[in-house]
Amino acid sequence: MSVLLTVDGLSKAYPGVIANDDVSFLIERGEVHALLGENGAGKSTLVKMIYGLVRPDSGSMTLNGAPFSPAEPRVARASGVAMVFQHFSLFEALNVAENIALGMENPPAMRDLARKITDVSEAYGLPLDPARLVGHLSAGERQRVEIIRCLLQDPKLLIMDEPTSVLTPQEVDILFATLRKLKQEGTAILYISHKLEEIRALCDSATILRRGEVVATCDPREKSARELAEMMVGKVLQQTKARGADLGPVALDVRGLSLPPATQFGTPLRDVSFSVRKGEVLGIGGVAGNGQDELLAALSGERGTRDGVFVNGQPISKLGPTARRRIGILSGPEERLGHAAAPDMSLTENALLTGHVRENLARNGFLDWARTKAFAERVVKEFDVRTPGVQAAARSLSGGNLQKFVIGREVLQSPDVLIVNQPTWGVDAAAAAAIRQSLLDLAAQGSAVVVISQDLDELMEISDRFAALNGGHLSEAVPAAGLTLDQIGLMLGGAHDLEPA
Amino acid sequence: MITLERRPEPSRMWQAMTPILAVVLTMIAGGLLFAVLGKDPFEAIRTIFWDPLFNPQFASYSRPQLLVKAAPLILIAIGLSLGFRAGIWNIGAEGQYIVGAICGAAVGLAFYPTEAIYIFPLMVLAGAIGGTLWAMIPAVLKIRFGTNEILVSLMLVYVAEQLLASMALGALRNPDGGGFPGSRNLQQYPSAANPELIAGTGAHWGVVAAFIAVIAAYVLLNKHLLGYQIKLTGQAPRAARFAGVRPNVLIALCLGISGGLAGLAGLFEVSGPAGQISIDFNSFYGFTAIIVAFLGRLHPIGILLAGLLMALTYIGGELAQFMLGIPSAAIQAFQGMLLFFLLGVDVLSNFRIRIKRKQVA
Repeated sequence: MSVLLTVDGLSKAYPGVIANDDVSFLIERGEVHALLGENGAGKSTLVKMIYGLVRPDSGSMTLNGAPFSPAEPRVARASGVAMVFQHFSLFEALNVAENIALGMENPPAMRDLARKITDVSEAYGLPLDPARLVGHLSAGERQRVEIIRCLLQDPKLLIMDEPTSVLTPQEVDILFATLRKLKQEGTAILYISHKLEEIRALCDSATILRRGEVVATCDPREKSARELAEMMVGKVLQQTKARGADLGPVALDVRGLSLPPATQFGTPLRDVSFSVRKGEVLGIGGVAGNGQDELLAALSGERGTRDGVFVNGQPISKLGPTARRRIGILSGPEERLGHAAAPDMSLTENALLTGHVRENLARNGFLDWARTKAFAERVVKEFDVRTPGVQAAARSLSGGNLQKFVIGREVLQSPDVLIVNQPTWGVDAAAAAAIRQSLLDLAAQGSAVVVISQDLDELMEISDRFAALNGGHLSEAVPAAGLTLDQIGLMLGGAHDLEPA
Repeated sequence: MITLERRPEPSRMWQAMTPILAVVLTMIAGGLLFAVLGKDPFEAIRTIFWDPLFNPQFASYSRPQLLVKAAPLILIAIGLSLGFRAGIWNIGAEGQYIVGAICGAAVGLAFYPTEAIYIFPLMVLAGAIGGTLWAMIPAVLKIRFGTNEILVSLMLVYVAEQLLASMALGALRNPDGGGFPGSRNLQQYPSAANPELIAGTGAHWGVVAAFIAVIAAYVLLNKHLLGYQIKLTGQAPRAARFAGVRPNVLIALCLGISGGLAGLAGLFEVSGPAGQISIDFNSFYGFTAIIVAFLGRLHPIGILLAGLLMALTYIGGELAQFMLGIPSAAIQAFQGMLLFFLLGVDVLSNFRIRIKRKQVA
């Protein structure tokens, strides 16, 4: 094997934060190289520099032995570097071939392109029909569109940013088969992830970043997942504490809940039924876009339904969010900025957002700012939110800190039922552990907790029972203890009826 | 190379500074404009900003005019600012102002020539209701059919103008007016008149209403849940729904309040300074108030100051036309610059400017 890309002393600073500090490593031809690190460790900045999206402050790169400093992604692509982003840039109203043509410099005739797409997708075991509308594809299929878009450029280096975060376990297997095939053909792959087992299964070498610096380079197959995690986090991780199951009567009962999608390509809820008992954590897994947002909206009261939602036996389907909060049903949406919190408002104002009903922060509509501030300060203190003060704007907090704030805001109102969607999405490991612990503690105090998440490890860790959301259908909830990854994968819809070709 | 860098949170210093900076920049650019027109820029700026207040020759007339002109601007702008904060864009305050004036005047004229203490309060009520109802047209259409309130409210201005002409020529025409268009003069009908309350100040009931509106809006926005919900809806509509705000209620409320206040402004104008319903009764207060609302940063106290400033440029502008022969179009351009510069420098409160030397590739 010979060296394809060298990265030598790359540094990049943003105001107030050094994203990359003197980062060096090499990638050889035909190697799958892992870039491992927590959120905010500098992985994204590093690959953006390789892909020409961000210009390094200092340092140099070589590709194939020649100096390489792409000024823009077009130059990087011309040199044989391709990238699949975590967030797809696809137009839902166009079909697969049209989407791919849009990203090309000189797209061939549509018919030729469609044939090429079919050829490549068969050659690499990524089944995909070029004529289908992207809006109708699952997340895994959308990722295939992005991958095939890259493969059509015949890349030397393929960068993949968190590719498995949107895939079912079976879809992950298909993806890995494709990546191994590419590797055999001599394509190098730079694989960004924080999922350690995946990296141990797939990668030949790993560069571990922490706070913008390379802390280790190793062969991940020779390390345990725990060793890798500790290198990544820099300290010994705390396990969340298990608790004794002491379940009360049914608190939240959902029967035959159906809801049309909010947007054209949204997912309708189809006849969803489940119940949660006091003191129980129900985990709802599923790949994003399978009805999670709709389910949260129907439970939080943002979207009323005709029927189907009961709390302590009383129908609440028609109640709005304020009325539901009054009777103890609280929720935490996935999107922190703009949904759970108003970005430009202070933490005090954001505490008022959901807190005014249960914390008595308003009298006859007139606001009690002193009480509101005290409530915000209590959230900050008890959930260890790192902020200069409660007057700071929500958007000035890091993702993990803001997430602790919005979850803490609901937990401290001692809800009877709490529904959260993606409670630890994009949150560093320490904050994620704290959030999970707080959800478990809440259940231990007798609340019913519903956790909707894509992170299966998280759900296995905290759920008493597990159900899967797939295409707006919810599977039957089964005890989480003893579930295997294969069984879960099948509950999540397997590979969405697509097996490797 | 100049780059803009987003601030982690909006700078309070710059939020307060931008209106002042905008006024200074307007003076500079306006001075250049006047210089190009062959006028002495310093004299022109002084005539607009200084003479109306302090020149012994003009001040006795112009000073009371300040409140007369500022009151309707402030009253309307306060109402508009609530909607603008919530992302509900009522551009048709001019129409609501006209309809409020027509309704209020019609009630007063219906009682003519009875003298009674309840007539003026009834007119005030009618003015507010007229403006509110006119604003409910875009509100109901938006709630029911999802129409764009900007277009509907704006087009209703032209409908209101036609209605005004029809009223001045038809239903409300003065029967003793010898066939001339226009209603009876309400100032000569004591029970319906809105007189100057303290001689020499220009203060009429509209000025009182404007001050009350400023205080009420301040309390609403800073101390009341509804004001919080208005701000939240404008900044993060999804978060507002999550917080339990009902968007349709808010649309009706914001358009209703702004329409009602515009209607009140119209009523105070027609029963006071204007005196009668005439074809050209409206004088663009409804549109100028949009500038006032933004110049005041949608903040009640800011709007109070901005309304006074805008009134000053109106009076000073007229003076400059009269004394220096500056064309009225140049004065309007000057007033427009104020909004232009305000929106332009607004970027500074959310971004900081960095000057970097371009890197060698």
